[in-house]
Amino acid sequence: MKRIKKIWHWVDDRSGYSDYVLPLMKHIVPRDARWWYVFGSATLTAFFVQVLTGICLAMVYVPGGDEAYMSLKYITDTAFMGGVIRGMHYYGASAMVMLTVMHMMQVYLHATYKYPREMNWMSGVVLMMVVLGMAFSGQLLRWDDNGVWSVMVASEMAARVPFIGSWLSHFIFGGETVGGSTLTRFYVFHVFIMPSIIFAGIGLHMVLLLRHGVSEMPNPEQPVDPATYREEYEARLKKTGVPFWPDAMWRDVVFSTFVVMAILLCAIFFGAPSLSTAPNPSNIHSNPMPDWYFWWYFTILSTLPSSLETWIILGSPVLGFLILLLVPFFSNKGHRAPSKRPWSVGIIVFGVTSFVLLTIYGYYKPWSPDFGVKPLPESVIGATEGPVFEGGNLVYKKGCLYCHHIDGHGGHRGPVLSNIGQKLTRQDLTIRIMNGGYNMPSFAGSMSTEDLSHIVDFLLTRKEEGSSEPTQ
Amino acid sequence: MNPESQAESSGCGACEQCDQRRSFLTKLTLGLSGLIGAIMVLPGVAFILGPVVKKKKEIWRPIGSLDDFKIDEDFTLVTYEDPSPVPWSGVTAQSGAWVRRISDSEFKAFSITCRHLGCPVRWLSGPELFMCPCHGGVYYKDGTVAAGPPPEPLHTMQIRVVKGEVEIKTIPVPLTTTPLKESDV
Repeated sequence: MKRIKKIWHWVDDRSGYSDYVLPLMKHIVPRDARWWYVFGSATLTAFFVQVLTGICLAMVYVPGGDEAYMSLKYITDTAFMGGVIRGMHYYGASAMVMLTVMHMMQVYLHATYKYPREMNWMSGVVLMMVVLGMAFSGQLLRWDDNGVWSVMVASEMAARVPFIGSWLSHFIFGGETVGGSTLTRFYVFHVFIMPSIIFAGIGLHMVLLLRHGVSEMPNPEQPVDPATYREEYEARLKKTGVPFWPDAMWRDVVFSTFVVMAILLCAIFFGAPSLSTAPNPSNIHSNPMPDWYFWWYFTILSTLPSSLETWIILGSPVLGFLILLLVPFFSNKGHRAPSKRPWSVGIIVFGVTSFVLLTIYGYYKPWSPDFGVKPLPESVIGATEGPVFEGGNLVYKKGCLYCHHIDGHGGHRGPVLSNIGQKLTRQDLTIRIMNGGYNMPSFAGSMSTEDLSHIVDFLLTRKEEGSSEPTQ
Repeated sequence: MNPESQAESSGCGACEQCDQRRSFLTKLTLGLSGLIGAIMVLPGVAFILGPVVKKKKEIWRPIGSLDDFKIDEDFTLVTYEDPSPVPWSGVTAQSGAWVRRISDSEFKAFSITCRHLGCPVRWLSGPELFMCPCHGGVYYKDGTVAAGPPPEPLHTMQIRVVKGEVEIKTIPVPLTTTPLKESDV
């Protein structure tokens, strides 16, 4: 025992643990820093999960044209614990994105970005952008057909940058097309460059946290006055503060345990995300979709008016980043309490509601043609022969059902046609089909008079029972 | 101990000669550090930007014999190797195009890349339309935009017939709003 103590004293003396590390662990934090404050440390824990599972995956993953897909198939289907490790990396990414955003919302809601913690916020904003970059590049490393076409979409977006767009795009591809050099580039971004930035950013974030101290819960009676804030904060801390270790840290550990358990359980019970087909850029049966945390952006891109599209694609990430980064400079003093800052509560509520609605909309993506539609059953057509029957079959053959919904069948891109017979006349329908309309192609060049007549005959039967004829 | 008192105690006071020496050493250190940085970074930057500035190749790839394409038949999906594959590309070196033979010597070919955001378009023979699964872009059989967000028609590709073999001229991925070179059109 005496010998162990002696060895520890030597290690402690030479490493400076008691002089440097212990005081950091035991630095005084406000007593009221409770469950609201656990999101930052949980984000860090999720990052560690990503680093450790990422190292495991990198031991087998081969960042090459065909090999990446094959090595991921091997990890998922054959390697011992491979599916769990890949699943943990996948759900860990979702957890990290969610926790980063939750941490940021808490900081915004409590106005912790105000004096003197402006730079804490700014370093956090940069970290959040890199985390989103990690999430996106990670999706591409899955390198199935979805990964290949996601790169294509990313480089098409980059190509819209004025003057240097095509250069940027070819930089992303690592050439003129998606290919062998594309994956290695994203591998380097995902495994070397962005994690290095995150490590450095976390270091800065921690240093700033220790320099300015953990903020107190907002108090409506204590608005921030830069002239007196530091002295008042120190005085209150001296009076009521507690050491971070272990008085405050136990909550962080409890919440982080919950997060890690959730990641593990998801990996075990839901498994790693399935891989689609091999990354063949000539496969036209691919239907690229981003991971769920980008569905809101997918929805925005899909529903924008064309005239605004390039502006939004290029401008919104830059503008969003700048606005977030500069939040402390819009107001770095005054009230922190949400009760005194109702607009901040409104912004959070609006942001969360928009995110949820756009995400749901992105999941259903009603703007896309439904390529999986089946022919209408006879029970829906309402006839077994004659023009109406022919028309009912033609709405499938001529692709109407890809976009239009009829009595529970078909896509959602265009108007529902279940009751079209009571809204439009034969003449209206003929003109609409032949000439097209808003977001509808013209079929004048691809439909015979007989087919058109049958389709119109069928559509005129689409009406509620007992409804009247449309006015001629 | 601050730097000045350190200097005094080490016998190197704030004499004019010492200041000049320090000024020189500061400049030397900063200059050499910059040089080290440039030596480390510049070759790497040139290496990384290589694919961006590399001269593009014009390559014709075979896509089948003339008999494989019947006159006035539907569009056929053809696959070919992209213009600049690397040895480890594997299946990712494949590119695709929709090709239709119009007459004895005339073909119509479109890139499969949607001009909206680059997803793969599908040819649907029933309605005679190209449709994009991502954001709902629709094109007529002549490649012009029929509906949805694409700002430009499908990119037309060049076809030639050499000794009974049909060849397609490979192109970089058509980037929306960035015109291709005259020779690629």
